Amino acid sequence: MVTKNCTESQLLSELYRGMYRIRFVEERIVKIYHTDKIKSPVHLSIGQEAPSVGVCAALRPTDVVFGTYRGHALYLAKGGDLNRMVAELYGKASGVAKGKAGSMHLADASVLMMGTSAIVATTIPHAVGYALAEKFRGRDTVVAVFFGDGASEEGVLHESANFAALHMLPVLFVCENNFYAIHTPLKSRVPMPNYCARMEAYGIPSRKILRNNVLETAQTAGEMIGQMREGRIGPAFLEIETYRWREHVGPGEDWALGYRSREEAEPWIRGDEVERIGCQLDLDVRTSIDHAVEMEVETAFRLAEEAAFPSDEELLTDVFQ
Amino acid sequence: MSFSNAVRELSYADALYEATVQEMERDDNVFVFGLGVDDPKGMYGTTKDLHHRFGAKRNFDTPLSEDAMTGVAIGAALAGMRPIHVHQRMDFLLLCMNQLINVAAKWSYMFGGAFRVPLVVRAIVGRSWGQGAQHSQSLHAHFMHVPGIKVVAPTTPHDAKGCMIAAIRDNNPVIVVEHRMLYSNRGMVPSEPYTVEFGKARVLTQGGDLTIVAISHMVVEAVRASHHLAEVGIHAEVIDPVSLSPLDAQTIQTSVQKTRRLLVVDHSWVETSAASEIVALVAESLNGDPGVRFKRMGFAPVPCPTTKPLENLFYPNSRTIAQAGYRLVTNREDWVPEGKEANEIAEFKGPF
Repeated sequence: MVTKNCTESQLLSELYRGMYRIRFVEERIVKIYHTDKIKSPVHLSIGQEAPSVGVCAALRPTDVVFGTYRGHALYLAKGGDLNRMVAELYGKASGVAKGKAGSMHLADASVLMMGTSAIVATTIPHAVGYALAEKFRGRDTVVAVFFGDGASEEGVLHESANFAALHMLPVLFVCENNFYAIHTPLKSRVPMPNYCARMEAYGIPSRKILRNNVLETAQTAGEMIGQMREGRIGPAFLEIETYRWREHVGPGEDWALGYRSREEAEPWIRGDEVERIGCQLDLDVRTSIDHAVEMEVETAFRLAEEAAFPSDEELLTDVFQ
Repeated sequence: MSFSNAVRELSYADALYEATVQEMERDDNVFVFGLGVDDPKGMYGTTKDLHHRFGAKRNFDTPLSEDAMTGVAIGAALAGMRPIHVHQRMDFLLLCMNQLINVAAKWSYMFGGAFRVPLVVRAIVGRSWGQGAQHSQSLHAHFMHVPGIKVVAPTTPHDAKGCMIAAIRDNNPVIVVEHRMLYSNRGMVPSEPYTVEFGKARVLTQGGDLTIVAISHMVVEAVRASHHLAEVGIHAEVIDPVSLSPLDAQTIQTSVQKTRRLLVVDHSWVETSAASEIVALVAESLNGDPGVRFKRMGFAPVPCPTTKPLENLFYPNSRTIAQAGYRLVTNREDWVPEGKEANEIAEFKGPF
């Protein structure tokens, strides 16, 4: 670390802390899932921590994000309250949505995470509309929207990209390409998965990050966002190669299903981005981060266990504002 | 615009325009968008010069991307704006269903009340002069089925203005079902802004023999039917629900308790319809009272044909409604009211 300047080492610590926190929460979920205390589907971000942490490191607290049903990483990276998140997974009244959302629908207006959806690609136009409103009001807010490679096959991505480019809206489209839509590989779905070229055809500057690289993600997103704020570009597109270590939904591994091999996963697991960044920190710094995260997570799960379920009256509230 | 409290005659289209102008003046967050809203025809005059009055940022055209544009409206609403998304034909809402049903109707409940989507969707129903199967559908029942979204279908200029203002001020998604055959209808409209409360039906004619509940343009035909029925001594109470979701079942139930006969004339197909819902609500409230008779009417159970003679048969009209009412009251079929096609239908010419 002596070769790095202070800012870089702080950034690395921040990125590591963000990723390790997500990893530790997800592994804690894996540990307790068999108890059936979380009575709903979980789409874990183990292996996919880097895109959310990297992009959110480049955002301001006043910037806005939209995400997907695989949203634990984004929720935590954007500053969401861990206690309320875990309580939400447990279906408790102290959850961020009083248990009405669960894992697939994490959102929190207080940190400007304005929605997640179980329907692929659905929140993409929301980011565009939010950016339209902010631009209309003369604010320099940037809106980032996260989606997977599967979303590239939904028409709404293309409609949204076209409109964002037409109106020069400050939207960062973030594609987390993990190469699978549930169990269907990219090659069965897309003849030419050249996502950057597609977006550039709409006039949207595009960059691809290889191998789940969190630092490059943060730096590239930072450059794009800076240009957006200055009004030099409208929307931008970032494809980040990443890899899901666990099954599409649930806590287990799924190599036995045969749709992908352990050998394919090996380089991703061996090159674990959490570990790769962690190794670059001073040991005492890393140990201190790990310890704080582990305490925080233990507390969150304990609080969630102890919390009350929502009252029966909650069934009929909140349909309308 | 100055408000002098004057009540004067306006068309339905001008009432919608006035409501929009007044709300745009009141609240900078209100904006209008949709395919063709700033074109020379200005959506039958309802958006005619809004871009000149309020700037192109507040009344703008869109690409043909109904799905994403609905999502854009939702995103803007989440940011605190109050978008009005206009569709020249309600049929195009089928391209917006994911956003309307999976998002607009869910965002409040699903996130525990933390988010609001104050969105107005103006859905214009087409009819006549060969609109055919894909430019004539009334999909209000689709939306009535889903919690979290409101549906209104005003039929008078007064209610058009009041419902539009109420919809814009509502903190929830509202589908405003308009009908092309209603745009030229004229009626008395207060010049100052006002709201029409959702969930309150209007009793348009008083009568003790028969309750006719009608929806959208069928309200106009039902009132004409009540005139035919009066010629044979049958007095119909015509009710316009105005708001379909929430629905004022109480006003209808009270009327049916008096008349003992309910005819519901939908502006859509009868199967799994708003008419079915209204009949079911009234039947449930009667607790098995056997003396009440029911009848539903609506479109023929086919896609809308384009050719005029078949199109005429496809829709209920004042004569067929009157005949159905007569049958319900007398149990006889020995009367055919005289009359002709309604003016607004007969006189309407394209090309659009």
